[in-house]
Amino acid sequence: METKEFMIIDGIPVEIEGEKNLLQMIRKAGIELPTFCYHSELSIYGACRMCIIEDSKGNLDAACSAQPWPGMEIRTNTQRLRKYRKMILELLLSNHCRDCTICERNGNCKLQDLAKRFNVDAVRFPNTATEPVRDTSSHCITKDQSKCILCGDCVRMCDEVQKVGAIDFAWRGSNMTISTAFDEPLAESNCVGCGQCAAVCPTGALVIKKDTEQLWKELDDENVKVTVQIAPAVRVALGKQFGFAEGENAMGKIVAALRRLGFDEIFDTSTGADLTVLEEAKELLDRLESDAANSGFPLFTSCCPAWVTYCEKNYPELMPHVSTCRSPMQMLASVVKERFASSTRKVIHVAIMPCTAKKYECKRKEFEVDGVPRVDYVITTQGLIQMIRESGLVFEELEPEAVDSPFGIRTGAGVIFGVSGGVTEAVLRRISSDKSAIGLHTIALQGVRGMKGVKEAKVKVGDRELRIAVVSGLGNVRDLIERIKAGEQFDFVECMACPGGCVSGAGQPYVPESEVDARGKGLYAADKMCSFKRSEENPLAMPLYNGLLKGRVHELLHVHYSGSEKEE
Amino acid sequence: MQKNTQEFKTNFETVCAILEKHEFNPHMLVPILQEVQAAYSYLPEDVMNYVANALKITPGTVFGVATFYSHFALESKGKYIIRVCNGTACHVRKAVEIIKVFQTELGLDDKKHTSDDNLFTLEEVACIGACGLAPVITINDDVYGAMTKEKTIELINKYKEEAVNA
Repeated sequence: METKEFMIIDGIPVEIEGEKNLLQMIRKAGIELPTFCYHSELSIYGACRMCIIEDSKGNLDAACSAQPWPGMEIRTNTQRLRKYRKMILELLLSNHCRDCTICERNGNCKLQDLAKRFNVDAVRFPNTATEPVRDTSSHCITKDQSKCILCGDCVRMCDEVQKVGAIDFAWRGSNMTISTAFDEPLAESNCVGCGQCAAVCPTGALVIKKDTEQLWKELDDENVKVTVQIAPAVRVALGKQFGFAEGENAMGKIVAALRRLGFDEIFDTSTGADLTVLEEAKELLDRLESDAANSGFPLFTSCCPAWVTYCEKNYPELMPHVSTCRSPMQMLASVVKERFASSTRKVIHVAIMPCTAKKYECKRKEFEVDGVPRVDYVITTQGLIQMIRESGLVFEELEPEAVDSPFGIRTGAGVIFGVSGGVTEAVLRRISSDKSAIGLHTIALQGVRGMKGVKEAKVKVGDRELRIAVVSGLGNVRDLIERIKAGEQFDFVECMACPGGCVSGAGQPYVPESEVDARGKGLYAADKMCSFKRSEENPLAMPLYNGLLKGRVHELLHVHYSGSEKEE
Repeated sequence: MQKNTQEFKTNFETVCAILEKHEFNPHMLVPILQEVQAAYSYLPEDVMNYVANALKITPGTVFGVATFYSHFALESKGKYIIRVCNGTACHVRKAVEIIKVFQTELGLDDKKHTSDDNLFTLEEVACIGACGLAPVITINDDVYGAMTKEKTIELINKYKEEAVNA
């Protein structure tokens, strides 16, 4: 029989089950040790020292970077440790802005939380906080150097998980900052706007751009007709903030809230996703038919704006392989704007998105018609939560409502777009010749579902076996592209910039990677509740293609990105 | 930027040779940057970008290393490099005043280190090991001790004349 190994944490034996560090052991023992710089998906940095522990000999060590061993005895909450933790917080606060009430992260800031938790009621060091040092150049992210505590979470996220490497430490000692190469503004750097840095930032140093103030004005203006679409991933991430379970589908309540906030027409991005499926499947089949030399393969998906920007900036030579389909947001926006073109009121279109990069996508010149964008405002899930709170609506008590017709009619295929593997599964449902229920289940079991960063599958279409890769997290995307460049063959590659797909988008309330799964499950559950599973079954498709889209499919649903231009 | 591009084009082979010598090994970044600086007198942005691409690391990483070490210069330097010692002995003998005089006379400040005519670059250094001469400065390879405000202005004029006559 295998002997179990134990260590002692605060006098209680805890079994060692292969934990990599003491911090994991301590958290298993039900103790929430404070950290700034520890994230399980990032490498261990050991900089903040908040997780210090004391061993039986009185030695201090950071729990995140120490290994447990059998018989080890540690304490996590002694007078000495409390004193040091408090001092670390005081030192951090000594040069940090303390105007919490006017900070974007008020109520959602680790520094604020821990200062409260450790009862920091005074800072004994001189206040050397500087004025804000803001970089507002990016459409997606605002950086304020004066609120940075140099934990390096953003640097490691950008470098290790996303492998973008837009930001790094620069300068030295008390002059050290987080900086782009050569201190360029973010918009001119190789940043792609995925926002994952802001998602892990413990303070207000990196925050998502907000456009809610301008939107309120539009909502108040009686001469403006405000149309809106809600992305799939939003409905499974918003509810938690109002007391629902993580991943619970709150679509009905979101629609009710939007209507009460003053939105005139409320639609579902999933309808746009259905159009994307039809167009992307057609593009894939066309390439399969016409392209005997295989030079057009692989075909990369184009729904994710951070991926498209990433490709433009790093692999411009691959842009001809990126599908010409507009993202579901842009497809639906085109259709909505066309539909209401003859309205007597000014029509604006708003998109509620889990995504920060969409804020850049909506401003791209390619999507302008006579200087007017198709999507006027992109509001993140967090932005919508804030608007609901500001309005005073009691979200929990809202009666669920349905979206408006006609662009609310969607299929399950359009709903699962919000999770990694969803686009692929939807396209497979479209091109598979087996339209039975069994066929549907078979597709789901091909290995395209789940939160793994790289999923590969082989699927037979006609007499050809399609080699498919589903990749999420830009770091995984880079690795796969390098494999392709080294000679590996793929036919269809789904790329999503955020690990796990849009459900973990940086515009969503942040949850650790381990908890994102619930959101994905919420979307698959929503798919099950849809009467139509395949995009071609969408009752709206036929009338659209025979009506509004007739002869204008290319103009309204496709795009040619003008190359690797940088943000303006 | 325009100027950098021009320099970069003319000296393209230099950086290539340095990279080849180190077999494009990213772990050799510091020695590579040292040699680049020796060849170009500073680290031009374009060259740093080129080094990053060649070593398959991000420009941000190169920038981080280049700004970490005070040895590396990110701007081109003037003909005369003035190093004012501000070690303990020189500091108590009012080296800061000497720095101020140089800054005022040459139109420099804490961020601007090189004069507009590209003649002088002012650097503050820690001890240069000549405490007996405090406050001490060096201009290129010449050492000047027991500096005063008056001597500082005299020296500036002397080097300006030298530059005209050269």
